[in-house]
Amino acid sequence: MNTSAIIFYAIATLILGAALLAVTTLKIFRSAIWLLFSLVGIAALYFWMQVEFIAAIQIVVYVGGIVVLIIFSIFLTQQSGKEMAKPATSKIIFSALAALLGTAFTYNLINHYGFNTLSAQPFNTSVNEIGTQMLSTTSHGFILPFEVVSMLLLAAMVGCIVIAMKPTAANIVHLNKKED
Amino acid sequence: MNEVPLTHILFLSTALFFIGMYGLFTRRNLITMLMSIELMLNSVNINFVAFNKYLFPDKLDGLFFSLFIITIAAAEAAVAIAIIINLYRSHQSIDVDDATEMKF
Repeated sequence: MNTSAIIFYAIATLILGAALLAVTTLKIFRSAIWLLFSLVGIAALYFWMQVEFIAAIQIVVYVGGIVVLIIFSIFLTQQSGKEMAKPATSKIIFSALAALLGTAFTYNLINHYGFNTLSAQPFNTSVNEIGTQMLSTTSHGFILPFEVVSMLLLAAMVGCIVIAMKPTAANIVHLNKKED
Repeated sequence: MNEVPLTHILFLSTALFFIGMYGLFTRRNLITMLMSIELMLNSVNINFVAFNKYLFPDKLDGLFFSLFIITIAAAEAAVAIAIIINLYRSHQSIDVDDATEMKF
């Protein structure tokens, strides 16, 4: 067992432990913080796999964006120190059973399949390579999904504003006046 | 680097996925359910990157899939939180058991 393997198992323990605490703790704010640790662990795993670009995106989008958004919405919607109601024992038992059975089934499948990793080729993930392929219009380029995803982000932005907007009476009158 | 086989990374992502599923089943609070979904999406991302790295190192397709999944997850989280805030405004609660008007 060399250093790289030890680092991998340490990162895996961090990810799984933090994720377990995030789904079982009863205080919602602590749950968000444990989720943060789990996501940082996943970014560390990407660094360990030497895909630095994905790791950076993971930190920027998940840790810096989504978790902060979740914490904001916790502050907006409920008392962060209050404990949530404990789920019913039967529900805990059956959910844990379903999760364990699923894990065992998938573990069995993966174990029996035994992937043969043939390659000793270098894995080139430079930002240069990613950018060239992302915007290339040849058959291996990703320009079409790139543009579709930009439309999706625009639609999501407009949708968020429309959904969360508070329609007050003054606002409606103001809008009607503008149309005239 | 080759000390850790691909299967161990897959075991990690499997366990993470089913932890997320357990959270989705037991939680009744919309924000914590959203957190569980984020965990499941992340486990899929780990799978894509690991398969790309270990089985097809001459291509970058898995990397692009995880990039697009991260983008869509961000959009999904933003819309979900807008809906949660709107629900809180009308019901004063974000518990799924309190929003039963459309339940058949």
